[in-house]
Amino acid sequence: MFTIIKFLFLKTTRLALLIAAVAVLSFVLVSNSPIDPVDAYAGAAILNISPEQRDIIAQRWGVDKPPIERFLTWAGQLVQGDFGVSAIFNEPVLDVISKRFITSFWLMALAWSFSGALGFGLGLTAGAWEGSLIDRGIRIYAYTMASTPTFWVGIVLLMVFSVFLSWTPTCCAWPIGMSADQATIWQRLHHLLLPVITLSLIGIAKITLHTREKTIEAMHSDYAIFARAQGESTIGIVLRQAVRNVALPAVTLQFASLGELFGGAVLAEQVFAYPGLGRATVEAGIGGDVPLLLGIVLISTVFVFTGNSVADFIYQLVDPRMRKVAGSSS
Amino acid sequence: MTTNLFSRSTPWDLRTRTLMTILACITFFAVIFISAWLYGEQGQVTNLGLRKLPPSWERPFGTDWLGRDMLARTLKGLRLSLSVGLTAAACSAFIALLFGLAAAMLGRTVDLIVTWLVDVGMAVPHLVLLILISFACGGGAKGVIIAVAASHWPSLTRVIRAEILQLRSADYIKLSRQFGKGPYWIARRHLLPHVIPQFVVGMLLLFPHTILHAAGLTFLGFGMSPHTPAIGVLLAESMRYLSMGLWWLAVAPGIALIVSVKVFDMLGNNFRALLDPRTSQE
Repeated sequence: MFTIIKFLFLKTTRLALLIAAVAVLSFVLVSNSPIDPVDAYAGAAILNISPEQRDIIAQRWGVDKPPIERFLTWAGQLVQGDFGVSAIFNEPVLDVISKRFITSFWLMALAWSFSGALGFGLGLTAGAWEGSLIDRGIRIYAYTMASTPTFWVGIVLLMVFSVFLSWTPTCCAWPIGMSADQATIWQRLHHLLLPVITLSLIGIAKITLHTREKTIEAMHSDYAIFARAQGESTIGIVLRQAVRNVALPAVTLQFASLGELFGGAVLAEQVFAYPGLGRATVEAGIGGDVPLLLGIVLISTVFVFTGNSVADFIYQLVDPRMRKVAGSSS
Repeated sequence: MTTNLFSRSTPWDLRTRTLMTILACITFFAVIFISAWLYGEQGQVTNLGLRKLPPSWERPFGTDWLGRDMLARTLKGLRLSLSVGLTAAACSAFIALLFGLAAAMLGRTVDLIVTWLVDVGMAVPHLVLLILISFACGGGAKGVIIAVAASHWPSLTRVIRAEILQLRSADYIKLSRQFGKGPYWIARRHLLPHVIPQFVVGMLLLFPHTILHAAGLTFLGFGMSPHTPAIGVLLAESMRYLSMGLWWLAVAPGIALIVSVKVFDMLGNNFRALLDPRTSQE
C-alpha cells in the first residue's frame, strides 16, 4: 500500500515537471512562428479586413503583447485549468479537446485492443513454430507493415470497401446531417470500422515482432526444454509456460505505444474525415490556432505519460521480482 | 533479422551476399535519382488528350486528371521525399552524436540536461511534435525538413550515450587516462572509432522513419504545396479522385514509397551486419 502511494507521488511530481518543460518549450516554439495567427485564421478573407479590425482581433487574442507577457498570462490561466479559447472553433480549448477526445477514444480503444490481441496471438504462433512457413508469413507481414505509411493503408481500404464495394461510408463518424447523439450505436460502429481496421493493421506489426522474439527466447529456456523432456507438446509449452512470461512485456509494450497510437489516429482521421482529436490537431496546425495546438500538445503528453506509468505500474503489480527490487532500493 | 536479397544457393558466402545486397540497394536509389533526372520536365507537362488513363504498357503508372504521366511524377516525388528524408536523418544523427558525446564526456550537469531533453523529446507523441515544429518554422519544405530533423535524435542519442558510458569504464581507457591523455585526445583516438560505426548504422536505420514521417507530414498538408509534388502531396491529391475510381493515382506511388522505405531498412540492417564485429565474419 505504502509503495503504491509512493509510486503515485513520484509519478505525479515527474508529470508536473514534464508538463512545465513541455509547456515552456512548445510556447517558445509557437511564439517564434512566422505564421501570423490572425492571417492564418482569416485565410483568403484577409483582403476584406481593414487594419483596424485586424488590430481589434489581435488585441482580443492578446497577440499584440510581447511573448514573455503572453506566456505569463497563458501559464497563469493554465495553472487554474483554463487553456484559453480556440480561435477556429470559438469555444474553450478544454471543451473542444474533451468533445473530440471522446470521439477519438472509441477509435483508439478499439484499435488498441484489436492490435494488441491479434499481434500477441500472431507473435506467439510465429515464435512457437520458428522458421516454419506460418512464421515466415507472419514475419513478412509484420516487416512490411512496419514500413507502410498508415495513411496509405487507409486510402487503399477506403478505395476498396467504400468506393468500389460501397460497404462502408466514405467519411465522418456518423451519417451526414446528423449530430453525434442522434446516430445509433450501429451507425457509429459502421463508421468506425475502416479507421479501426487501418490502425489495427499497422499497430499489429510492432507487438507481433516483439512477442515473437520473447516467445523464441522462452521456447529455448531451461523450463521449456525440461517440459519438453517430460513429454509436453509444443502447444502445451506455449500455453502453460511461454504465455505467462511473454504476456508481461507485451502488455507493457502496448501501454507504452500510446504515442504511436495517437500519431496513427491523426493520420487515419485525416483519411476518413473522422472528427476526432487527431483531425483537430491538423486543423489547429494549419489554421494557426495557437491555444488549441498548445492544449493538444499538453493533453497528448499527459496521455502518453499515463500509458507509460500504467505500464510501469503493471510491471510492479504483476512481477514479484520487480516489487522486491523496488522494495529493497527504498 | 537481416534480410538478404540472395539465397544460400548462390556460390557466394554470407559476407559477399551481404555486400551484394548493399550494392543492389544503392543501385536501386541511383536508378530512382537518375531516372527522375532523365525525365526532366516531363512529369509537369500537362497533356489533356491523355487524361485519366489507367496503367498500360506505355504508361505503367497511368496518367492523372491533367494527363501528366504518373511514373514521372512518382519518380520525382520519390526523389524529393528521399532527399528530405536523407537530409533530415543526417541532421538528426549529427545532433544525436553531439549530444551523446557531450552527455557522456562533459560531466554530470550536461549529462542531466541531455537525458532530460531526451525524455522531454520522447514525451510528446511524435506526430504532434512534428506538427508543432513545422508550425513553428512556418511550414513549407523548410518546415518539414526542420521538423523531421529536429525530432528524430532522442533514441539515437540514448544509444550513443550508453555506448560511450560503457566504453569510458573500459580498462584501456582508464589506462590511457592514467598515462595523462586529455579528454579530447581520448575522445578522438579511442571513442570516435568505436562510435562512428554505431553512428552510421543508426543514421541508416533512421532513414525509414524520417521518410515515412516526412511523407505523413506532407500528406496532412504541412509544408509542400501542390507545385512541389512530394510523395505525400501526390497521395493527398489522389484522395480527391478516389470517388471517381482513379485507383492508380494512390496505389502506384504508395507501393513505390513502401518499396523505397523497405530497401532503406534492408540497407541499414545489412550495413549493421557487416560493421558489427560479432556478425561480420559469419
